[in-house]
Amino acid sequence: MSASNGAAPAESVDEFRARARAWLAEAMPPIGDGWNDRSDDRRERERDLQRRLWDGGFAGICFPAEYGGLGLPLEYQRAFTEESSGYDMPFSLNVPTLGILAATLVDFGTHEQKARHLPAILRGEELWVQFLSEPSGGSDLAGCLTRADRDGDVFVLNGSKIWSSGAAGADYAMCLARTNWDVPKHRGLTMFILKIHQPGVVVEQIRQVDGSLEFCQEFFDDVAVPVADVVGAVDDGWTVATRLLTHERMAVGGGSPYTSGRSIGHDAGGVDTTVIDLAREAGTTDDTHVRQLVAEAHIRQLVAGQLVRRVTQGMRTGAMPPPAGSLMKLFGATNVMRRMEIGLEVAGSGVAAWPADATTAAGDHGVHSLWRQGVSLGGGSNEIQRNIISERLLGMPREHAADRELPYREVRRSGGPR
Amino acid sequence: MELELTEEQTAFVETVRKFLAAECSIPTVRNLEHEPDGFDRSVWRRSAELGWTSLLVSEADGGGSLSEHGLADLALVAEELGRCVGPGPLVPTNVVAGAVSRHGSPALKAGVLPGLLDGSTIAAWCGPAPVAATASGGGGLVLDGTCALVEAGAQADHLLVTFSLDGHLRQAVVAADAPGVTVTPLAGLDLVRRFASVSLSGVAVATDAVLGPPEEDATAAVEHQWGQAVALQSVESAGAMDHVLAMTIEYLGDRYSFGRPLSSYQALKHRVADQKMWLEASHGIAGAAVRAVAADAPNAAELASAAAWWIGPRATELVQDCIQLHGGIGVTWEHDLHLYLRRVTVNRATYGTPEVHAERIATQLLGAAL
Repeated sequence: MSASNGAAPAESVDEFRARARAWLAEAMPPIGDGWNDRSDDRRERERDLQRRLWDGGFAGICFPAEYGGLGLPLEYQRAFTEESSGYDMPFSLNVPTLGILAATLVDFGTHEQKARHLPAILRGEELWVQFLSEPSGGSDLAGCLTRADRDGDVFVLNGSKIWSSGAAGADYAMCLARTNWDVPKHRGLTMFILKIHQPGVVVEQIRQVDGSLEFCQEFFDDVAVPVADVVGAVDDGWTVATRLLTHERMAVGGGSPYTSGRSIGHDAGGVDTTVIDLAREAGTTDDTHVRQLVAEAHIRQLVAGQLVRRVTQGMRTGAMPPPAGSLMKLFGATNVMRRMEIGLEVAGSGVAAWPADATTAAGDHGVHSLWRQGVSLGGGSNEIQRNIISERLLGMPREHAADRELPYREVRRSGGPR
Repeated sequence: MELELTEEQTAFVETVRKFLAAECSIPTVRNLEHEPDGFDRSVWRRSAELGWTSLLVSEADGGGSLSEHGLADLALVAEELGRCVGPGPLVPTNVVAGAVSRHGSPALKAGVLPGLLDGSTIAAWCGPAPVAATASGGGGLVLDGTCALVEAGAQADHLLVTFSLDGHLRQAVVAADAPGVTVTPLAGLDLVRRFASVSLSGVAVATDAVLGPPEEDATAAVEHQWGQAVALQSVESAGAMDHVLAMTIEYLGDRYSFGRPLSSYQALKHRVADQKMWLEASHGIAGAAVRAVAADAPNAAELASAAAWWIGPRATELVQDCIQLHGGIGVTWEHDLHLYLRRVTVNRATYGTPEVHAERIATQLLGAAL
C-alpha cells in the first residue's frame, strides 16, 4: 500500500510547504459556516474546491503521478494538510471517495480503470461511495445476497444495498455482489465498479436521527455491469473488500495518505473546541469539575492523534499488520462516545431546549449527540473491530462461524427455515 | 517503544535487556523488598558503566547520548525497567545529572557529575514546588521548607531543590548531609522504589551550587525537568502495561474452562482488544512526550501532561483488569502481577496526579481559574 512511487521528489517538504502556503492564500477561500453541511449545494461546492486543487497542482498528493496525482510521500500530504487548516477544502471527498474507494482502485484497478477514473476523481468530477452492507445484516459482510450473474460481456445485478452514505449525490460505487453460490461465502464474491445513476438502479434516502439524509438504500433490478468493470478477479471480491475496509479504517481513523485537509471541526491548531465553547456558554470555565472535563476532551484528541501516528507508522514499516487499522477506528469511535458524554455534562440543561430564534452550542451538541453511535456503527461496528484486534492482531481464537466451509446456497439466513 | 530505532539504539536495547535479565529478575526484585535502599549499589554502578546515567549529560561534561536526544535513549531504559519492574533511581538521578550538566557552574559539575556518571553517587529531584529562600551574607542563600515526596530522597547524596527568591524560581544542589537537611524515609507501595520527605531548615547554599546565572528565572528549566520525569515515568508504565498484557494473553491461551481456552471467549477477547488499544495509545502519547520534551518543543509541557493523564489511570485499569482475567491467583502475593500494579499505581500518583496534569491543560485552554 505504498503511497509514493519511489522516485526522490524534486522539491523538499519545506519548499513544497512554502509553495502550498502561498498558493492556498491565493486560491482557496477561508473556511466559513456550512463547511460540514450535507446539502446538494455544499456537495457541488466541494466538487469545485477539488477542481481548484487540481488546477493548482495540489490534488492527489500521494496518488500515483501516472494517474493524475503527484506521487509524493506522506510527509508532503501532512504538510499540505497542516497548511490548509483555516481554508475551505473538499472535506467530504476524503471519505469515502479519496481515502477509501480511490485508494482501493489504486491497489486493484486495471490500468484502464485507473486511467479512466482516478484523474476524474482528482478533478472533482466523480464522487464515489461503497455498496457493501445489505438489509440482511451489516457486520457479516461476506454474507451478502446481492447477486451478479454472468451473461456474455456483462454481469446482471439484482438485490439491494443499504447504509451507503451520500449515494444519492454520488456518481460511482464499488459494489460487492455474489457471483458464485456453490462455494463458501468468502470465495464467491466479486467487486464491481457501478455507475449509480442508470436504469435499473433506484436510490432512496434514509432520514437519520439528527434529521439529515446522508444514508441511502439502493435497489438493483437487472442492471447490466460490463465485465471490464470487475475490480480484481471474479470470485475474489473478498480480497478487494478486505483491503477496502483497511483503507476505511485508516481514512476514518485519520491515518490515510490519500485524504487532504482535516474533515472534522477543528480550529487553526487542529483542535476541536466544542467542549470549550460549551463551558464558555454555560459560564462554568472556573468550575473545577468542568475544567477537568475540558482538559479530558482535549487530551483525548492529542492521544488519538498520537495513536494514529503510531499505527500508521507501524503499518508503513511492517511493525504492525494491516488489521492494526482497527485500533484507530475503535479508538476514534470510543473517543467520540466519551466526548459526546463530556459535552452533555458540560452543556447541562441547554441541550433540552433553547431560544427559538437562536443557535446555541448546547442545542447543537444535543442534536449532534443523537448521532453518537453512528461513528461506532459505520465502517465496521466496535464489536467487529474488537474481534479483528483480538483475533487478527493478537492471535486469539476466531469466533465460531457456522457458515465458513459451507457452499453459500446451503447457509442458513435471517428469515429462512431454521 | 518507538517503532523505528537507530542501529545504535537497537543494540543498546539488547544490552539493557540482557543486563536486566541477568541482574534484575523478578526474584531479585522481590529480594530487595526489605533492603532499605531498594536497589543494589554495585548493580547500579555497573548499569552506570553501560551509560544509564550519562544520556542527559553533555559530552563535554563526560556524558553522551546515542541519538540526537539523550532522553529518547533513556526512555528505552525506562521502558525495559517497566517491563521487569526493575529497581534503581533512574528518573531522579538522570534528571538531576541533566540539569547540572545544562545549568551548573564548573565547580558544581566537578563536584556532582563524576559520581553520578560512574554510579557511585545518587541524586534526588525534589520537585517543581519551591521552598523559601533568603539571602545571607557573602552572596549565599538560606533555604527553608519541605519537599513532601522525593524519589530516592533517603538514598541520595545530592538534592536538587527548587526555591523561590524575589518572586523568581531558582534551583540549587544541596548535599544530603548538609546541616539543616532532614530526610525522612517513607513507607510506600512499590517493593523497591523508595520515597522520602525532605525538610530544609536554615540550609546554607553557596553561590556556585545555584544553577544558572544569577539573573535567570528557572521556570523553564524546572518545567523541562518535570517534563523529563513525567515522560520517563509514562514510558515506564507503558512498558509495564505491555508486559502485563502479553503475560495475560498467554495465560488466557493456556488456561481452559468448560473445555475451551479462556482466550476463545468473546467477552474476554473484547476486553483484551480494548486493553491493546489503551496500550498502543499509551506508547503513542508517551513517545510524543519524550520527543517533545527532548526537543524543548513549545508543546512539551502539554504532551507530558497529556501522557500523565492518559497513562496513569489506563495503566492501573489495565493491570487491574488483567488481574481479573487471571482469576484468584492474580490477587496473591506469590503471583508477579502485584509488582506491576504497585509500580503503575505509584507512577500514577507521582510527578503530578492525573488531576494536577488536567488542571495544567485546563489552564492552557481556559486561563487560570478565578
